[in-house]
This record gives sequence, structure tokens and C-alpha cells, in this order.
Amino acid sequence: MAAASLEDQENRKAWGFVTPALLWTICFFVIPFIVMTAISLATRTGREIVMAWNFDNYITFFEKAHLLKGLFVSLEITFTVTIISILLAYPLAWIIAERVPQKWQRMALILAVLPFWTSYVVRSYSWLLVLAKNGVINNTLIWIGVIAEPLEMASTRSATIIGFVHFFVMLLTLTIYANLVQMPPNYRRAAADLGANGFQVFWHIVLPLTLPGIMVGAFLTFVLCIGDYITPQILGGNNELALPQIIMLQLGRRADFPMAATLSIVLMGAVTLAYIACARWLKMERT
Amino acid sequence: MISSRFSKVISWAYLIALYGFIFLPVIVLVLFSFQDGRLPVPPFNGATLKWYGEVFADNRLMAALGNSLMVAIGSSLVACVLGFCAAYGLARFVLPASRLQRGILIAPMTVSYLIIALGLLSTFNWIGISLSLWTVGIGHVVINLPLCFAIIYASMGDHQKNIERAARDLGAKEWQVMTQVTAPMLMPSILAAFFLSVTFSWDEFIIAFLLSRFDVTLPVEIWSLLRSGLNPKTNAIGSVVFLFSIALLLVLELLVFRRTAKK
Repeated sequence: MAAASLEDQENRKAWGFVTPALLWTICFFVIPFIVMTAISLATRTGREIVMAWNFDNYITFFEKAHLLKGLFVSLEITFTVTIISILLAYPLAWIIAERVPQKWQRMALILAVLPFWTSYVVRSYSWLLVLAKNGVINNTLIWIGVIAEPLEMASTRSATIIGFVHFFVMLLTLTIYANLVQMPPNYRRAAADLGANGFQVFWHIVLPLTLPGIMVGAFLTFVLCIGDYITPQILGGNNELALPQIIMLQLGRRADFPMAATLSIVLMGAVTLAYIACARWLKMERT
Repeated sequence: MISSRFSKVISWAYLIALYGFIFLPVIVLVLFSFQDGRLPVPPFNGATLKWYGEVFADNRLMAALGNSLMVAIGSSLVACVLGFCAAYGLARFVLPASRLQRGILIAPMTVSYLIIALGLLSTFNWIGISLSLWTVGIGHVVINLPLCFAIIYASMGDHQKNIERAARDLGAKEWQVMTQVTAPMLMPSILAAFFLSVTFSWDEFIIAFLLSRFDVTLPVEIWSLLRSGLNPKTNAIGSVVFLFSIALLLVLELLVFRRTAKK
């Protein structure tokens, strides 16, 4: 009897510690998410939002070409960015882990991710300085006489991709480096002893062992990239709108909350699919 | 021999090229914040501190900077306290559905900031809460709480459990154990969580943009500066923001990681 009441007391204490954080997350994350989902089922008439409880907004999304295109633009940009970032970051992480002397590695890594800590707005503005019509690259190239007319680099998809790749190369270098240094050196020595050449060691031993790290980094890249509004807005301009830009357009100029909510749910759906794919793949690797 | 030297050269060339790519925008930003002229692009006309003077004389920017500091420190404190308590509860006691609870606490990490902001905006509109720095702070706690919880939860090991048990046997009450035994032992990770939260909140744009009205944070104010195009003043305030983030990380590195590394 006494033991049970002691247990009750312990339990109550534990709930006391966990409840505030749980309540906060439920009130300001779970409930807002439900509210937003409900609003995506409403319609806008004039400035009023009427709860219609139908899927009209979703049907509109798939019917209107310019909305659907936003999703494809976002997906294309995200996939391109993810692949380029991995290809650039892997050798960097490898060189830091293998070539840079042990005592400098930490320093090299900190340096490699230093600009990671600028805000999205400032980082995108910095790239605008580099890529703009009268920016650093154009002015320099004209000054040394390589080109006569400035190149159009800002307000293009390439500018968006460069801005994103810059950010995610830093992120992926971190996750891949962490994986590389965790790997026991014996595996590679064993493979080399058995006659594998450098490329074979990399392809059959190192790459498979670091794939989980790559996948985690790739997933992070996907989530952060597809949901970002700032980079495509500042660097990509208005020629071609990514999904977050369209969402902000619905909110701002059109004050169409239900449509913005619908598009957000679609965005969320894309992320969830990516997550399921990643989780599946990681599980398959393990078994 | 030749091939190994060749690969060495390639490696170093690649390293330098990528560091160049990573640092190019930052160097351009900082260098041309000293530009003596109206455009922050080459050629570099000479150094002046004029634009920094203008930044610090700009009342709107300074107000936004103050707001950003307030929101960052306030929301990080709340996120750390809530995260620490939740981590303590979940790591030290056996609770029903603890996996689900952890899942709920971590969930906001996997959702885009834009969606979190939009959900909060719809809810605040619906209830009729008007937007202010408070609503921005609430949003920033939502994004930083999972981070704080995860960092602190991960550092709660079993060896600390015995010390806590000893304290309890010696008559310490639960809150005494928590504040005088557990918290000091976990101070490095609590500080790490706090400083990371401050940096994230300090740099965050979309939540601050959608959930604020009259008083705004620094990234939102910089965003409205961007409409005037390339301007050395924007470079100057951007450099200030960057240097502040780096200073925070330096504090984190010196205070937290160095000390734990020594141990």
C-alpha cells in the first residue's frame, strides 16, 4: 500500500517536470497545426473565411498550373541543391579528415562552417553583392576585360541554387566529417591488405559506411531547402516562383489564408514523403 | 611517388577553392561595409567607418537590434528551462508513453519554420491575439525547445543518477537535487543549448516576419532595407549581425567545449 502511494507520488512529480514543455508544444505547435489544417478546408469569400469543410483548395491546387508548377520548381531546386552539395561537401570532409593534420582538424572544421552562422537574410544579401548586375563578379570581369556586357546572374534559378549550395555544403561537411572520423581505420587497412586499390577501398568500404551520414545530411538539406522563402526571394527573384514564395504571395497580396494553408500542407506532404523514403532506406541498410 | 604528390596538390587546391567559395560572400560583405562610396561593389575606393556610424545612428535599426536581443535571450531562457525540466522528468522517471512524449517534444524540428509560423498566425488570428514581440518569442520557443530538450536529454547519463540518489539519501528535496546537483553537472550542455538557441533566434527571419507587427526584430528590419538595393549601410549592419553570431559561438567554444575537452 505504502509502496503504491510512493509510486503515485513519484509519478506526479515526473508529470510536473514534463507537462510544461508538453503543454507548450501542444498549445503552440500541435493545435496550430490542426487549426491550419482546418483552415485549408475553408474558402475565402471577400475578406471572410468561411468553413466549408471541403477539398476545393486542394483541387484548385492540382488544377491551376501556376500553383502546381511552384511545387515542381521547389522539388527541382531542392534535388539539384542536395546532389551538388553532397558532391562538393564529400571531398571537403574527406580532405579535412585525411589530409589536414590532426591538431588542425577542429580548427579547419570550425572555419569551414563559420559563415553558416549568418542569418538567411544577410547570407542571401551577400550573394546578391557577388552576383548582381553591378556586383563583384560582373564588375571584376568587366574591369579585367573578359566581358563587355554584365552577365545576368542574379534573379535566376542558378543564383538561388548557388545561395543554397553555399549553405548546405557547410552543413553536409559537418555530418559527413562526423561519419568519416567515426569509422575504424582497421576496415580500410584490412581491405588494402587484401589487395584493394585506393578506389576500391573507397567504393566498397568507405562510401557504404558513410552513406547513413550522407542520407541524414541530405534529409536535413531537403527539409530546410524546400521550406525556405528568403533565398529564392532575394536571389531567384520573381521570374520563377518556388512554393514558399507562392505561399507568401497568398498571405500578403491576396490575403487568401485557406490557400496558403493548403499549400503549406502540400509542402509538408512532400517533406513527409522524403522522410519516409529516407527512414525506409536507412532501415533497409541496417537489416 | 608522383601520383601521391599529385593527389596532395589536388587535395590542397580543392580545399582552398572550397574555402574560397564558402568565404567569398562573407569577405565581400565585410570588406565593402568599409566602402568609401555609394555602392558596395568593386572597385574598392578606400576605407571609411561612415556606414557604421549611420547604422548606429539609425533609431529603427537600433530599436530592432534591442528587440532581437530581448526576444533571443527571453525565448532561449524559456526554451532551456522547459527543455531541462522535460529532460529531467523523462530521463529520471518511468512515465507511460514516454516515447510518444519524446516524439511530440522533438516534432517541431522536422517541420519547416514557414509552416510553424503559418500555423501560429492562423491560430492567433482565430483567437484574436494581436501580433507583437511576444508572439515572435512564443514562436522562437517552439523552434528552440526541441533543440534544448534533445541536447540536455542526450547528456543525462546514468553516472549522474547515482550522485543524485546520494543527494536524495542525504535528505535533499527533489527541486534541490535538480537545481543544486543535476543542473550544475549538466551545465556545459545547458549552456550549449542556451547559446545555440540565442543564435538561432537572433538569425531567424520567417517566424519573426509573420508574427510581428510594429516592433520588429533585426532580420526583419534588414529585409526591409533590402528594397533599396545594394547599399554599404546594409553591408555594415549585416557585418554587425554576423560578428555578433560569431562572438556568441566563440563564447560557447571557450566556455563550454574547451572546458569539457579538458575534463
